[in-house]
Amino acid sequence: AFFWLVSLLLASLIWFVSVHLSDREDAKLQHGLLIFGAAVSVLLQEVFRFAYFKLLKKADEGLATISEDGRSPISLRQMAYVSGLSFGIISGVFSVINILADSIGPGIVGIHGDSPYYFITSAFLTMALVLLHTFWGVIFFDACEKRRYWCLGLVVGSHLLTSGLTFLNPWYEASLVPIFLITLCTGLWAFFTAGGSFRNILKCLSCK
Amino acid sequence: MTELSAHLPQFQHGQLTENFPDNHLSNTNDNSERRRHDNSDRRRNDNPESETNGQPQSNIQQVVEQDEEEDEELTLKYGAKHVIMLFVPVTLCMVVVVATIKSVSFYTRKDGQLIYTPFTEETETVGQRALNSILNAAIMISVIIVMTILLVVLYKYRCYKVIHGWLIISSLLLLFFFSFIYLGEVFKTYNVAMDYITVALMIWNFGVVGMICIHWKGPLRLQQAYLIMISALMALVFIKYLPEWTAWLILAVISVYDLVAVLCPKGPLRMLVETAQERNETLFPALIYSSTMIWLVNMAEEDPESQRKPSKNSTYDKKAPANQTQNEDAEADDGGFSQEWQQQRDNRIGPIESTPESRAAVQALPSNSQTSEDPEERGVKLGLGDFIFYSVLVGKASATASGDWNTTLACFVAILIGLCLTLLLLAIFKKALPALPISITFGLVFYFATDNLVQPFMDQLAFHQFYI
Repeated sequence: AFFWLVSLLLASLIWFVSVHLSDREDAKLQHGLLIFGAAVSVLLQEVFRFAYFKLLKKADEGLATISEDGRSPISLRQMAYVSGLSFGIISGVFSVINILADSIGPGIVGIHGDSPYYFITSAFLTMALVLLHTFWGVIFFDACEKRRYWCLGLVVGSHLLTSGLTFLNPWYEASLVPIFLITLCTGLWAFFTAGGSFRNILKCLSCK
Repeated sequence: MTELSAHLPQFQHGQLTENFPDNHLSNTNDNSERRRHDNSDRRRNDNPESETNGQPQSNIQQVVEQDEEEDEELTLKYGAKHVIMLFVPVTLCMVVVVATIKSVSFYTRKDGQLIYTPFTEETETVGQRALNSILNAAIMISVIIVMTILLVVLYKYRCYKVIHGWLIISSLLLLFFFSFIYLGEVFKTYNVAMDYITVALMIWNFGVVGMICIHWKGPLRLQQAYLIMISALMALVFIKYLPEWTAWLILAVISVYDLVAVLCPKGPLRMLVETAQERNETLFPALIYSSTMIWLVNMAEEDPESQRKPSKNSTYDKKAPANQTQNEDAEADDGGFSQEWQQQRDNRIGPIESTPESRAAVQALPSNSQTSEDPEERGVKLGLGDFIFYSVLVGKASATASGDWNTTLACFVAILIGLCLTLLLLAIFKKALPALPISITFGLVFYFATDNLVQPFMDQLAFHQFYI
């Protein structure tokens, strides 16, 4: 979470500087700058995810050397899951908590002509994002371990794509549906990366 | 907390707040208690020493290294556990403070300032405001320094009664007066009708149980809960009565002071710790949050108490004849003080234990009992002042930030990460460390950065419903 925050900080620093250096009045330019800022932020997030991976690898080695049986108590998969989850949680919380706080207060949604579904779509989008971050974390760490760089590129690409799709809001059909499809696909991919398979699922269900 | 009583008559608003000395104290007092709990660790340290005395040189090196490695490994393992055990109370304290600030408007209303910060911040020019806040911070810090030095002097000249009286009066004030005000404000916010008799009964019970728990014996959880509550109350008072710029300046200067006072050889807190160690005694209870005693309680519950306690005492006897009674006392009514790792290799205690008897006892001990007693010995203590300042930072962030929840969350994460790092350093250096600097620095950086940089960005993104 800390790493995500630092990446957000740097990205907003860049955006802030660019806004101040540019023309305040031009709405299109501001819009463009915002998109630029968002893209930069996505890239920085992935960079920091990589940095966090490196840090965890180092810590993992340290833990392994001092543990009793030579293996670290936390597997890399667990670390990947936790790191993805924490990125997701902090990203989701940052995206949605002010909206939640406002939703308690008096007001009417979309009174100025915006979509009245703002809150509920925000909720769904945030959920999708959190899940996506978790899946990306798992896939990312696994790809770094096995040095499959095309996987890495795919993760970064899908992150950019998702973020870009949100720029199509409030045209919700075009943004929500694809994002959920992406979430599903990424989820399946992460599941198979983490070692799951149809047999595992069947075994899990039959044990009950 | 200790100075509260001394300043009662002088306040315009009757709100006392000085617990800075406690804070710094807390950063150092731990040492002596830490020392007490070092037995198991020293025991294991003695192992290599005793073996070097009695065995051929070639084996010694291996044994020593192995023991040190095992030692470190256990350190890190238990270290992680104790980090988590400290996260929970710090988080709870912050949650209480933020919840109160968000709901009870009393604590964000400006009702004047403390006598310690006489210069107002409602000035015409920015320069004037800056100057005033610098002066305010300077006055506050000098008060803290004076109080700390006074405390150290009192301790050096063994005026224990004075110190105890001071502590008791200030915790009395905190438990009764401040919680009465807090309760009153909460009732006002939620428009709850309440009569004086019920309130008197509630406050009386709360206060008396609190006094007993903190200064004497009580269930560990209850003591921890009370310590968290009084830290939160104190932090709320600070948030209310310190004007903005002064508050941030004070936070910054206090972390620098903390660093200096604990680490410099002539620092008052370090002298306090060393004096306490020389005298082999515990420092003041009621000013430290401790995470250790939980093991003691658990063990007492699991085994029949009569069996367990004598056996523990007997093992202590073998290993630490000088410290046995102190151990008992300390574990029974431990307070805690600042941040120290309980396995400090203290040479002063070592020699006492390396008698043939203790060596035999150590070597004869089965390994599982060693590990089962280690957790009991180890634990981390965090000073209440640290709790208070963390909560002040987060509370101020939630009260006055334009980014609202984002800023609060960012500061919260920053402080926790700072705490993690500090505990890591503690595990590496194994001596008293100031808990404030790293966390407060991170917290301040994140506060100002999030408020000014991230907030507009996230706002714009949320406005267009973009997600990153």
